[in-house]
Amino acid sequence: MPGAAVTDELELLNAGGGPPADRGGAGGDWREGPGAFGRERRMYLTGVSVALAAILMFFMALASSYIVRKGTGTDWQPIEMPRILWLNTAVLLASSITVEVARRKLAQVGVGEFRNWWAITTALGTLFLGGQFVAWRVLADQGLFLATNPSSSFFYVLTASHGAHLLIGLFALLYVAIRAGRPVWRRRAIAAEGVAIYWHFLDGLWVFLLLLLNIGR
Amino acid sequence: MTTHAGAVHAHEAPKGFIRKYIFSLDHKVIGKQYICLALFSAFVGMFLSVLMRLRLADPTIKLPFFPEGILPEQYLALVTMHGTIMVFMVLTTAPQSGFGNYFLPIQIGAADMAFPVLNMLSFWTTFLSMVVLMAAFFVTGGAPLGGWTAYTPLSALGEITGPGQGLGMTLWVIAIAIFCGASLMGAINFIATTLDLRARGLSLMRMPLTVWSWFITAGISLLAFGVLLAAGILLLLDRTAATSFFIPGNLVLTDKVIPHKGGSPILWQHLFWFFGHPEVYIAILPGMGVTSHVLSTFSRKPVFGYRAMVFALSSIAFLGFIVWGHHMFVSGMSPYVGLAFSVLTMTIGVPSAIKTFNWLGTLWGGEIRFTTPMLFALGFVSLFVSGGLSGLFLAQTSIDQYLHDTYFVVAHFHLIMGVAAIFGMFTATYFWFPKMFGRMMSESLGKLHFWLSFVGVYAIFMPMHFIGLAGHPRRYADGSGAAFLASMDPVHMFMSVAAFITIAAQFIFLFNLVWSIWKGKKADINPWQATTLEWSIPSPPPHDNFAGHEPTVYRGPYEFSVPGVADDFILQTTPPDKVVKC
Amino acid sequence: MVLKKGNSGSTATAAILALLIVILTLWTVYIFVTKPIWSWFPPAINEIGHEIDRQFMRTLVITGVIFVLAQLGLAWVVFRYRSRGQRATYSHGNNVMEVFWTLATLIMFVGLGIYAQRTWAAVRLQPAPPDAMRIEIIGQQFKWSFRLPGPDGKFGKYKFEAHPEQEFTRDPWVVDADDPDGKDDLVLGPGSVFAVVVNQPVELLIRSKDVTHSFFVRELRLKQDAVPGMTIPLQFTATVPGEYQVVCAELCGLGHHLMGTFMKVLSQADYDAWLKDMTAE
Repeated sequence: MPGAAVTDELELLNAGGGPPADRGGAGGDWREGPGAFGRERRMYLTGVSVALAAILMFFMALASSYIVRKGTGTDWQPIEMPRILWLNTAVLLASSITVEVARRKLAQVGVGEFRNWWAITTALGTLFLGGQFVAWRVLADQGLFLATNPSSSFFYVLTASHGAHLLIGLFALLYVAIRAGRPVWRRRAIAAEGVAIYWHFLDGLWVFLLLLLNIGR
Repeated sequence: MTTHAGAVHAHEAPKGFIRKYIFSLDHKVIGKQYICLALFSAFVGMFLSVLMRLRLADPTIKLPFFPEGILPEQYLALVTMHGTIMVFMVLTTAPQSGFGNYFLPIQIGAADMAFPVLNMLSFWTTFLSMVVLMAAFFVTGGAPLGGWTAYTPLSALGEITGPGQGLGMTLWVIAIAIFCGASLMGAINFIATTLDLRARGLSLMRMPLTVWSWFITAGISLLAFGVLLAAGILLLLDRTAATSFFIPGNLVLTDKVIPHKGGSPILWQHLFWFFGHPEVYIAILPGMGVTSHVLSTFSRKPVFGYRAMVFALSSIAFLGFIVWGHHMFVSGMSPYVGLAFSVLTMTIGVPSAIKTFNWLGTLWGGEIRFTTPMLFALGFVSLFVSGGLSGLFLAQTSIDQYLHDTYFVVAHFHLIMGVAAIFGMFTATYFWFPKMFGRMMSESLGKLHFWLSFVGVYAIFMPMHFIGLAGHPRRYADGSGAAFLASMDPVHMFMSVAAFITIAAQFIFLFNLVWSIWKGKKADINPWQATTLEWSIPSPPPHDNFAGHEPTVYRGPYEFSVPGVADDFILQTTPPDKVVKC
Repeated sequence: MVLKKGNSGSTATAAILALLIVILTLWTVYIFVTKPIWSWFPPAINEIGHEIDRQFMRTLVITGVIFVLAQLGLAWVVFRYRSRGQRATYSHGNNVMEVFWTLATLIMFVGLGIYAQRTWAAVRLQPAPPDAMRIEIIGQQFKWSFRLPGPDGKFGKYKFEAHPEQEFTRDPWVVDADDPDGKDDLVLGPGSVFAVVVNQPVELLIRSKDVTHSFFVRELRLKQDAVPGMTIPLQFTATVPGEYQVVCAELCGLGHHLMGTFMKVLSQADYDAWLKDMTAE
C-alpha cells in the first residue's frame, strides 16, 4: 500500500526535525541510498535539473534575439545600465551563498539554523527584486520605456523574464519555509536542495544577462 | 518491507467524481483525457480541411454559414487553424501526452508518473490552450490567416494586414504560449519518470522502444518549446506594446506608414523553426516507437537491431535541432548558412533509413499476424518511406528554390505528419484499447477502416506531389490569379473527392472506438500475447497499476520465438525458472 | 480472443496488402517516367534551370530506387512471412548490415547534398556580373511594382533612404527629389509587368513595402522571398524569349493568390521598343 511505506519511514524519524540515524544504502547516507527517500530525492532533483534546461533554452532564445537584433537593425542605441544593477547583483550573489549555507545546515544540523539562513535568503531575494524595480524607475525617468528603442526593449524583456522566474523562486523559498515536509523533515531537505539549485541557476543566469547587456551594449 | 519508489509519492485511490474523472492525478485518466482532447481536435481539424477541399474543388461553392461562398480570407483562416489544431492539439498531444502518459509508467513498472500533480496541471493547461485557440473563431474578425507558421510582419502588424489578424491573431499567440508551458511541464515529468522510476531489472537497454521514443521526444520538447515561448512573447509585445523585434521601418499598408522600425522578420523565422523543426520529430517519434513495438509483437520476432533503433531515435532527435534553416533557404538568410543547413539536413535521412531497414528486418523471417494494429503499423512503414523520400528533394538548396512553398512541400509533410504519424496513433489505439478498457475493438471494422484509409491517403497525397512539381504555390485560395493553375483543377477535384471518402472512413473508427468501450468483446489480460509489462496486469489496470508491489524485470522487451521455449513469447516479468521449455 | 498460430484469412490479407503496395509502387513509377507529369513541368529557360533539373533527375533516380526497393521489400516480407503456423526466426539483428546501410545511405545522401550546392553557389554565392541589367522589384499587398535605374545605371534613394533619421508619416517610398541618381529612374507602378533582354544577365533587387512576399517564376526554377527591411539580389540569364508568369510564393494576406504578373523575355530590339512605350507613359 502506498501510504504504508511513508508511515513506516515516519516512525523512524524525529518528528522534531533533527537528523536521523544513518539509513538507506549500505555505507551511505539516506541521500544516496536505494531506499524510498533516496529515490525520491533523485526524482525531484532530476525534475529540477531538467526544468533548468528548459528555462535556459528560453533565455538563450532571448539572448540570441538580442544579438541578432543588435546586428541587423540600424537603430541600435545603447542604454546606460542603471548603477543599482551592480548592487542588485551583489545582493543576489550573497543570497546564493546564504541559500547554500541554509541547505547544508538542514542536512547536517537541523531545522533551527536552517530557518535563519533561509529567511535571510528570502529577504535578499526580495531586496533584489525591489532593486530591479528601482532600476526600471531609473530608466523610466530617463524616458526609456519598453518600446522606446530595441536596446531598452531587450533590457525590460530580459530583466522582467528573469525577475518573473525569481519571483517563482521566492514563492518556492516561502513554500519550503512554511509547508514542505511537515512533519517529514526529509521532504523539506529534498525541497530545499531543489530550490537551492534553482536559486543558484537564477543567480548564474543573472550574471550572464548582466554581461550580455553590458558587453553587448 | 520493500518500498516501491512510485509508492512513496503515489496517491491513494481517489473518491468522488471530480477527483476521479476531472482533476485526476492518475496518469491513466490523464492519458485518456489527452486522447479525448486530441480526438475532438482531430475531428475539428478534419472538418476544417473538408471546407478547404470543398473550396479548392469549387471556389464558388455556397455552403451553410458561407452563403456568399468561402471568401479567400476565410479560406486562409481555415488553413491557419487546420494546421495549428492538427500540429499542436493532435500530433503533439495524443502520441506523447496521451499514450505516453498512459503507458510509460506501466511499461517501466511504476505506479504513476514522477509528479502526478504536475501531470494533472499539464493536461488542464493544454485544455485551456485549446479553448483559447478555438475562441479565435468566434471573435470579431475571426481566426487569423497567416498560416500556422505566423510569419512576421504579417502576424505582427494587426488587423491592418487582413481580417482575423487583430484579436484572432492575439488569441492564437496566447494559446500557443500557454501550450508551450503545458508541454514543458509534461516533458519534465516524462524525463524524471523514465530516469528514476524504472523497476528492478529494467535497465535502459531493456526498455521497450515505445518508452525510448517517449523519453527522447520529451527531451526534444524540453529544449524546443522554451524557444517558441520566447518567440511568442516577443511577437505579443510587437503586437500590443509597440516594440519592434520583428517589424522593420517604413512599411506602408493601405497608405498608412507603420510607426515601427529596425526589426527583423527573419528573426521570427529562426526562432519559430528552431522550435518548428524539432516539433515535427516530436510528432513522429512516438509513432516510430509504437511501430517498432507492434511490428515485433505481431511478427513474433525481436526488433531487428534494437541498439541501432535507439541510436537512430537519438540521432534523429539531435540532428533535428541543427537543420531548421532548411525551411528558410529563400528567406533572405545568408546563402552560406543555407548551404550548411542543406548538407546537414541530408544526413537526417540516414537514421530514418536505418529505422526503415530495421523494420523490414523485423518482419523478415517472422510469423506475421495481420491484426488491425499490425496493419496500421505496416501502413506506417510504407507511408514513412513515401513521405520521407520527398524530403530529400526539399533538403537540397538548389532544388528547393523551385519547390519551396509549393504543394510538393504540402504533400511531403502531410504524408509524414498528416498520415504516417496518424497511422501511428491508430496503431496505438487498436493495440492498447484492450488494456485500457478491458474489451476488444471490432477487428472487421478495424480492418475496413485500415483499407479505406490506406488507399485513401495515398489517393489524396500522391497526386499532390505532381501539382507541386508543376509549380502550384501553396496557400492559394484558388487558381484564378495565374493561368497555368487552371490545368490542375481536375487534380484538385480528385484530391477533394479522395479526401471526403477518406475522412468519412474515419467515422468508422470513431464508431468502433465508442461502441467497443461499452459493447466490445471482453478482453483477456494479454490478448496479443505480447511481452511488455502492461500485459502482465489486469485490463483495465488497477489504480496503482501493480497493486502496491514493484515488479521485477528479467529480460529485454522483445523476447519472441526464443529457441527452446514452449511459447513463442516470454513476458518481461516472468522469472527464468517459470519459463516453460520444450 | 486468443490469437492462434496460422490465423486463417491471413493469406488473403497478406496478398491484398502486398498487392496494394505493389500497385502503388508501380503506378508511382509509371507516373514519374511517362509523359503526364512532365507536361505540367514547364521547360526551364535558363542554364541554371537546366542544371537544377539535372540535379532533380539524379535525386529522382536515387529516391526512386530506394522507394521501389523499400516498398517492394515491404510487400515481399508481408506476403512471404505471413503466418502459416511457422515459428519465427529468433534474431536480434545483424551489425554488419547496420554498418553497411548506414554508410551506404550516408555517402549517397551527403554526396547528393554536397553536389546540389554547386548550382546553389552559382546563383547565390557569386555576385552578378558587373554588366547585369538591374531591376528593382517591390512587393506589396497585392501587386508587384518595378523600378529601372535608367541610363545612368544607378538607383536613386527613396526618401527614407536619403534621410534615415527622419520619421516619415507619408510616402516614404517616393524617390527623393534631390537625388541626381533618381532623375532617370523609371518606376513601373503596382500591377505592371516587367521585361528583360534574352541572353542578358539580370540582377533583380527584391524588396517589400509591407509584409513578406516571394517572387517566383517557374521557368527560371528560382524564387526569392521579398522581405521588408531588406534588399535581396537574385541573378539569372534567360535564354528563351516569351512571356512567363510571375506568382507570389509567400503567404501575404487575402490577396496572396492574386498577385500574378508577367516577366517578358525580349530580344534587344523588342526590349528597346517596350522601354520606349513605358517611358512615354
